[in-house]
Amino acid sequence: MMSYAVETDGLRVVRGGREVVHGFTFSVPRGSVVGLLGPSGCGKTTLMRAVVGVQIIAGGTVTVLGHPAGDRALRRRVGYATQNPAVYADLSVRENLRYFASVLGARRGDAERVIDEVGLADARDQAASSLSGGQLHRASLAIALLGEPELLVLDEPTVGLDPVLRGELWELFNELAGRGVTLLISSHVMDEAARCERLLLMREGRLLADDTPDALRAATGTQDLEEAFLHVIQEQEAVA
Amino acid sequence: MSLTITLATTRRILAQLRHDRRTLGMLIGVPSLLMVLLRYVLNQPGVFDRFGPILLGVFPFIVMFIVTSVGTLRERTSGTLERLMTTPLGKLDLLLGYALAFGITALVQAAVVGTIALTWLGLDLQGPTWTLFLVTLLDAWLGMALGLFASAFARTEFQAVQFMPAFALPQLLLAGLFVPREQMSTALRWAADVMPLSYAVEAMQELTRHGGVTDTLARDVAVIAGCALLALILGAATLRRRTA
Ligand SMILES: Nc1ncnc2c1ncn2[C@@H]1O[C@H](COP(=O)(O)OP(=O)(O)O)[C@@H](O)[C@H]1O
Ligand SMILES: [Mg+2]
Repeated sequence: MMSYAVETDGLRVVRGGREVVHGFTFSVPRGSVVGLLGPSGCGKTTLMRAVVGVQIIAGGTVTVLGHPAGDRALRRRVGYATQNPAVYADLSVRENLRYFASVLGARRGDAERVIDEVGLADARDQAASSLSGGQLHRASLAIALLGEPELLVLDEPTVGLDPVLRGELWELFNELAGRGVTLLISSHVMDEAARCERLLLMREGRLLADDTPDALRAATGTQDLEEAFLHVIQEQEAVA
Repeated sequence: MSLTITLATTRRILAQLRHDRRTLGMLIGVPSLLMVLLRYVLNQPGVFDRFGPILLGVFPFIVMFIVTSVGTLRERTSGTLERLMTTPLGKLDLLLGYALAFGITALVQAAVVGTIALTWLGLDLQGPTWTLFLVTLLDAWLGMALGLFASAFARTEFQAVQFMPAFALPQLLLAGLFVPREQMSTALRWAADVMPLSYAVEAMQELTRHGGVTDTLARDVAVIAGCALLALILGAATLRRRTA
């Protein structure tokens, strides 16, 4: 069994005539929770799109669970939650999940399971268009959990949620990781970084650091990860 | 391709329509109302027999064009299409799912509008009734396929809606709505001859005028089916798993 869920090598992506990911090489160990952190516009979404195989890439390779990204064999094994909630606004939460469950060939009852997991039981018959922002995000997240995928690619799944809900979702993520699921989670807020086992710090389409939170703190001599991040940036700029 | 996924997609689209009561009401109500209006504006059974079928042939085209172009544009912009493209769903599943859902809708529409036209409004149908439904279905699929294709070139729903007159009105003018095709200049005639809607209108006229399946009707049906298939292939080409 291979040890990496995701491996990229020299990944380059051009969007809108500009190169926005410049030779990105990293790997995500199986069963880990890896945070992809960096300011808005640094290329997190683009990178995640490349991992799930919907992004046209200009160079390099992306290998997911031993297959090229986007391979037919991966379509039931990778769950993806886009940054903007991707649900059908005119359908209820349950209808949305039932549809995606059929598409994924998930077993019966899976829709109900994930509705409970993201805490939307009370809103299951509500039209998606009438959900609050946080509920909508969770409905979109629930779709990614259908069919028990081995790799979850979650683009800013906790944005706009209150601290209590955020805490609950992180508990769910850790629980999933405990079952052997690999999670690649992006965020632009640093206070989530501490919850990850590994961090990928990204800026302007480049990888600045790939390490554990503790190692980052130690290397930069600070306790605060936000400061550690700034430290890394300053170091890089000093080198350049 | 998977039957389960195709049918799930059909069910999903029908559920979306069902939740949107107003749209559903308009899908059925507006053509019915227009048909009644046309009958009493023309106020002569003979003239109505000429224009009524044109409307019957054109409604499903226009309606499905709009519904599909806006619907698929929403799938593209809301991220649901991107998400579906990471799942086992094949392009064909999506296309057939749409075709089935909108085919059913078009048949219901035709059943209501056709019944009103044939009974209350006294439209004379010479050909067998099933040909009316066949032509309606093909017109709906043609509109759907072109709507799917057009949605790839729209960034906003405003643009998508504007594509309807751009695609449909020139075809309507050329299809003999105001002037029979035979009386047009050679250039216009030639243009009319390559427009699929001309054949939709001709098919409808044919089956109101003649009993049985005439050669012209058979040819028209073949042309519409061919165009719908071609448009669907073009539409399918605009659905990409990977995008920039
Ligand atoms: N559809 C697009 N067309 C052109 N450029 C894009 C597109 N989407 C994103 N970009 C550009 O790519 C870069 C990375 O964007 P993105 O991956 O969305 O960043 P993040 O998710 O970190 O906020 C940005 O400079 C953004 O402007
Ligand atoms: Mg993003």
